[in-house]
Amino acid sequence: MEHQSTLERWLRGIALSLVVLFFMFPIFWILLMSLQTNETILRSPPSMVFTPTLNNYAAIIAGRLDSNVATMSIEFMRNLMNSFILSAASVAVSLLLGVPAAYAFARHKFRGSEDIAFTLLSFRFAPPLLVLLPLTLYFQELGLANTYFGLIWVYQLICLPLILWIVRGYFEDISPDIEHAYRIAGHGWFATFRKIALPLAGPGIAAAGLLAFIFAWNNFVFALVLASADKQPVTVGALAFVTASGIQYGQIAAAIVLSITPTLALALWAQRYLVEGLSLGAVKG
Amino acid sequence: MTTPLLDLRQVNKKYNEGSKHQVHAVRELNLAVEPGEIVALLGSSGCGKTSTLRMIAGFEEVSSGSILIKGSPIHQRPPAKRGVAMAFEGYSLYPPLTVRENIAFALKGEKLDRQEVDRKVLEIADLLEIHDILDRYPSSISGGQQQRASLGRALIRNADLHLLDEPMGQLEPQLRAILRGRIKHFIKERGLTAILVTHDQTEANALADRIAVMEGGVLQQFGSPAELKDAPANLFTGTFIGEPPMNIFNAELEDTGDVVRMRLEKEVYLTFPGSAFSGNLRALLAKEQQFVIGVRPHAVHIHQDGEPGTVFANQWLGDQTHIAANFAGSSIISVQHDRTDYRNGDTIRVGIKASDLHVFSRSSGNALSHGGDIA
Repeated sequence: MEHQSTLERWLRGIALSLVVLFFMFPIFWILLMSLQTNETILRSPPSMVFTPTLNNYAAIIAGRLDSNVATMSIEFMRNLMNSFILSAASVAVSLLLGVPAAYAFARHKFRGSEDIAFTLLSFRFAPPLLVLLPLTLYFQELGLANTYFGLIWVYQLICLPLILWIVRGYFEDISPDIEHAYRIAGHGWFATFRKIALPLAGPGIAAAGLLAFIFAWNNFVFALVLASADKQPVTVGALAFVTASGIQYGQIAAAIVLSITPTLALALWAQRYLVEGLSLGAVKG
Repeated sequence: MTTPLLDLRQVNKKYNEGSKHQVHAVRELNLAVEPGEIVALLGSSGCGKTSTLRMIAGFEEVSSGSILIKGSPIHQRPPAKRGVAMAFEGYSLYPPLTVRENIAFALKGEKLDRQEVDRKVLEIADLLEIHDILDRYPSSISGGQQQRASLGRALIRNADLHLLDEPMGQLEPQLRAILRGRIKHFIKERGLTAILVTHDQTEANALADRIAVMEGGVLQQFGSPAELKDAPANLFTGTFIGEPPMNIFNAELEDTGDVVRMRLEKEVYLTFPGSAFSGNLRALLAKEQQFVIGVRPHAVHIHQDGEPGTVFANQWLGDQTHIAANFAGSSIISVQHDRTDYRNGDTIRVGIKASDLHVFSRSSGNALSHGGDIA
C-alpha cells in the first residue's frame, strides 16, 4: 500500500469515484427531483438549474396531492408510520423468538436440530407468492387479514430466518468454555445466557436486527396482498402516486426521500456499529 | 476409612451413542480421590482425561455410572450445584472484564465484602505473578498471562474440588517450575482437593500426590509417582512414564537351575543368578516361557562383561548423556551422568541387574514382576 505510484493512486481514485457515482447518483437525482415541480422535472433537455421548492414535501406531509387536474388526498405519512410499526414490531418479535432459538441451535445439538434450523432458513427460499394465496384465504377465515398482528406474523417469514442464522453464527463463535466458566461459578443456564452469551453476541444481534429491519421495510408483496389502505407500508403506498391524471414525479421523489431516510440513517449508524463490533475481536482467543 | 471426596464408579462416556460414529471415550472408570489430595489425570491426547474432567464438572453427561462428591451423587446436577471450580485449557476469560474483575467474578457466589474480595484477588495475583496486568483486558495480554488469570479465577474459589485442565501448558519453563511449587503449596496449605489434567509427566510428578494414567479411555494405573516408576502395572504405563522411555525386549526363558537365562533376539542372552528371583517368580516365568522384559535407561549399565551393542547416537543434554545402541535386534538407551566419548559404531557392553528388571506378559501386557518379585 505504501509503494503506490502516482498513476496507481489516480486510477484508484477514478475507480472509486465511478463506483460512488454509480451508487449515489440515483439518490442524488431523486433528491434534486424532490425539490422541483413536475414542469421543471419534465422539461427537455433536463437541467440542474432550478428554483428549489419544498411544495412536494409540504403536500406529502399534509396529505394533499395537487395535480393540474384535481386534488386528491393521500395517506403517505400514515404509510410511513405503518412501515415503522410493522418493521419495528416484526424485528422485535423475531429477536424475542429468534435469539433464544439461535442460542439453542448453536449450543445444543439435539435430534433433528439441523433439520429444524434448515427448515426455518428455507422460508427465505420459498417464493412469497406461493405462500400468499393460501395465506390470504386462511387470514380471511381467521380474521387476521388487514391487521397489524397478521402482517407482523407474516413478516416473521422475512425476519426470523435472517436473525436466526446470523445470530447463531455469532453464538457459535463464542467459546462455550466462557459460559462454562460462568456456570461453574454457581450460575444457572438462563443467567449464563443473559449475562454472558447475550452481551458477547450483542454486536451480532444488533447487526442482524438492523438487517432484518431493512428487509422488512423494503417488503412489498406481503403488504400488497394482505393489507388494505390503512395498514399499508410506504412500499405499497407509493403506488398512489400513479394517478389517472399522470405521474407526480416531484411528489414521488419527495416520498422516496422520506421513505429511504430512516433505513439510510440506520444503515449508516449500523455501519459504524458493525465495524466496531467486528474489530474488537474480543470474543475469540 | 473416610468417604472419598470424589468417587467415580463405573463411569462410561460414549459420544454419538447409537450412531455409527460412536466413540467410547471413557470405559468403566473407577477412581476415588481422598480429601486434600492432588490427583493428575495423565495421558496422551484422546485418552479420555479431559472427558473425565468435564463429566466431573458437569459439561458432559455420563453415559452410565455415577459420580459422587462427599458421598452424594452429583452427576445429575447442573454444574452450578456441584461445588467445583475449574480452570479451562482455553482460559475462557470474560472479554469485557479486566483481569481483576475476572478473578473477583468467581467470588460473586460467596457473598464476601469488597475488602475481602480485594484481599483475596491480590493474594492470588501475588501467587501467580499477575499483579501488573490486573487492570488490563484479556484481549491485550499474552496467552501465558491469560492462562494464569484463568488459573487464578479457579484457585480463588472456595470449592470442594478444583479441576485444572492443562493449567500450565502456555507458561514459560522457568515460570512453570516456580508456579508448580507455589500452587502445590497453596493447595496443600488450604487443604484443597484438586484434579489436574495434563499430558506432561513432569508436571504430574511435580504436582500430584497420585497419578491416574489413562489410555484409550481405560484407566491403566492409579498410584503415586514412585509406584508408577518402580512398579508399572502394565507395558503401557511402563513405557509411558519415564523419560527417556523404558527399553523393551521380547525374551524367552532358559532356566538351567543355578542361573536364569533369558534369550533375546539375535542370540543375545541375559544371565542372572537364580537367587535373584523368588521361587514363585521362577515358576511363573517357567510357565509363561515367552514374555517381555523392560529396563529403565537409568538402569542400563555399561561395563566390561556385558552383552555387546553398537552405538548409533550419543547425546549430551547438559546434565546427562543419552547413549543409544543397537542391541538384541532393536535399540537400547542408556543414561549416563557424565559425558562419554563413545562414537557411532563403537561397541559397548551392556549390563542389566535383576533388581532393575520389569517383566510383562506377552499376551496381556500386564506386569508379571518388578525386580526379583512377583508384581
